[in-house]
Amino acid sequence: MDRLSTRFAACKAQGRAALITFVTAGDPDVAATPAILDALVAGGADIIELGMPFTDPMADGPAIELANLRSLGSGTKTKDVFALAADFRARHPETPLILMGYANPMLVRGSDWFADQCKAAGVDGVICVDIPPEEDAELGPALRAVGVHLVRLATPTTDAARLPAVLNGASGFLYHVAVAGITGKQQAAQANIEIAVGKLKAATDLPIAVGFGVRTPEQAAAIGRIADGVVVGSAIVDIIGSHGDAAAPFVQDFVASLSGALITSIRETAA
Amino acid sequence: MTDTVTLPNSLRSQPDANGHFGAFGGRYVAETLMPLILELEKVYKEAKADPAFDAEFAELLRSYVGRPNPLYYAQRLTEALRAKAEPGKGAKIYLKREELNHTGAHKINNCIGQALLARRMGKKKVIAETGAGQHGVATATVAALFGMECKIFMGAKDVERQKPNVFRMKLLGAEVIPVHSGSSTLKDSMNDALRYWVSNVHDTFYIIGTAAGPHPYPELVRDFQSIIGKETRAQMLEAEGRLPDLLIAPVGGGSNAIGMFHPFLDDPEVAMIGVEAAGEGLDKKHAASLAGGASGILHGNRTYLLQDEDGQITEAHSISAGLDYPGIGPEHSWLHEIGRVKYMPIKDDEALTSFQTLSRLEGIIPALESAHAVAAAEQVAPTLDADKIIVVNLSGRGDKDIFTVADALGVEM
Ligand SMILES: Cc1ncc(COP(=O)(O)O)c(C=O)c1O
Repeated sequence: MDRLSTRFAACKAQGRAALITFVTAGDPDVAATPAILDALVAGGADIIELGMPFTDPMADGPAIELANLRSLGSGTKTKDVFALAADFRARHPETPLILMGYANPMLVRGSDWFADQCKAAGVDGVICVDIPPEEDAELGPALRAVGVHLVRLATPTTDAARLPAVLNGASGFLYHVAVAGITGKQQAAQANIEIAVGKLKAATDLPIAVGFGVRTPEQAAAIGRIADGVVVGSAIVDIIGSHGDAAAPFVQDFVASLSGALITSIRETAA
Repeated sequence: MTDTVTLPNSLRSQPDANGHFGAFGGRYVAETLMPLILELEKVYKEAKADPAFDAEFAELLRSYVGRPNPLYYAQRLTEALRAKAEPGKGAKIYLKREELNHTGAHKINNCIGQALLARRMGKKKVIAETGAGQHGVATATVAALFGMECKIFMGAKDVERQKPNVFRMKLLGAEVIPVHSGSSTLKDSMNDALRYWVSNVHDTFYIIGTAAGPHPYPELVRDFQSIIGKETRAQMLEAEGRLPDLLIAPVGGGSNAIGMFHPFLDDPEVAMIGVEAAGEGLDKKHAASLAGGASGILHGNRTYLLQDEDGQITEAHSISAGLDYPGIGPEHSWLHEIGRVKYMPIKDDEALTSFQTLSRLEGIIPALESAHAVAAAEQVAPTLDADKIIVVNLSGRGDKDIFTVADALGVEM
């Protein structure tokens, strides 16, 4: 089993959802990122999503857009992102690491180059916001050839007719984008998330992670009762936005509150 | 240049079923938008096959936009250039008068077409990005005409340099939303329009203003703008009894140029030049994505982009807000690679000079975008024989630019 399925299986064995946390690589700068990544793990994150900064993050709201601009503004390069990933892998051999970002920085040197870099840095999967299944040929074959997962996204607009196209070639896990919108503050109603996750579970055996708009331990716990993974991004990125270089301990405390809520939520469910 | 035997029989049959123009185009959007884009493609196919759609489009172009606009022989410009050329040289220059359209540019052709599609899809709200404000004004205009709610995303820097158009949009009932992200220009307004759209797909139609974006936008914008080339063809046959030798049009995203070029792509005797904005020069700040960029993915399509070695988009610069974009429509990238259309860079100062030249010689104040094409014609015409014919697409009028030009010339208004 690879790192991702091992981790999802371990969480499942504990009767809880995996906590997936997002930060942008190089936010506020490359030097500060390792401590922030360590804080995510120390706080109880099960899977790390590392954002590759891009000048034009069209699917992101102001929080993550600003994180992208802080990172690029402090001089982060693609080689730094892979160095951060490789160092993380050395420090945390078991924790799955997903690169998340946009097509242009990933493909500018060709998909084979990108896939090789991912493999060499110990990256387990890739989420590319602007490569829908229709354009899979740009990135999918190269990643699959080196055993890196291409994680697909299902959204509130992905209807039953379209879902098979999304699942065809999906691996690692399926990311359910809970709101038809951008990352940030907008929240989906729990009832809608439950319906959507139910439909996805009926269609695939892949673990289902839910993200977009999850900001509090309470929400994470509620979603954790029905999904295999809960993704939190903007709320963590906001903390980095406020505390900059000194963000690590604040990030760790917040992540601990999220992971604590996921663990408590099973006890409640069991009781 | 690609070997000609590998080219399709017709250069007018692109894109393929997946929206690719050779290696360019495609649909690089978030999953949330994918179903809507597929629906738009379906609706557009149906509309294209529906004579009633075509009839309504044609009637609005006639009675509302004021088409056909004239093809005008610019005799004084032609003669002035001949006077400087060697004997027997100096091509005859015609202007396609898109600036006489309602709202003062070619943009309205496309907006009418897309508003009709929005209505067909049952959407009552439209959004658009705008640079110079011409597309914003055209969108606000059709929104008023069709009784639709309208939001225009405009870079804060462009709000500042295109004040008259901002006020026009407001008069027309649109809400103008200044965009402060990134470089606060056209690309950023497109990012924010996409962000808004992805959050409001259920009731909102995005009227993209140029022949770029995810499939089917480059195709449908081109088709709606092709009225420019179709009229030019008929008018030239009537005036001269033959096709022109050279077409020249400015290229921002490329909608007026592709509209002018497309009906002539299969006529090998007609040469074409797309004029890119070279800003302060290709070695300095500019907006010439073919001359100074590389293939990449932005705003839903693969195309030539200004970018660094990591694929980060670099800031474009042009004195003309409508050309201030780091990309270009995918069909132009393809036409550039196969060599069918030549692309030529023109700098800010050259455009400024031609802006004044055309005003004085012909009594026509061109948009700064169009002045780039006039500048190219001024350079090329004297090198051609006097019996050659050039058509310049005068994509818009320059009223919106008088403040920018006065400022650049150091004139107090
Ligand atoms: C008058 C005029 N010409 C040209 C352009 C460039 O756009 P396109 O290349 O899509 O025709 C603009 C854009 O605002 C414009 O206003």
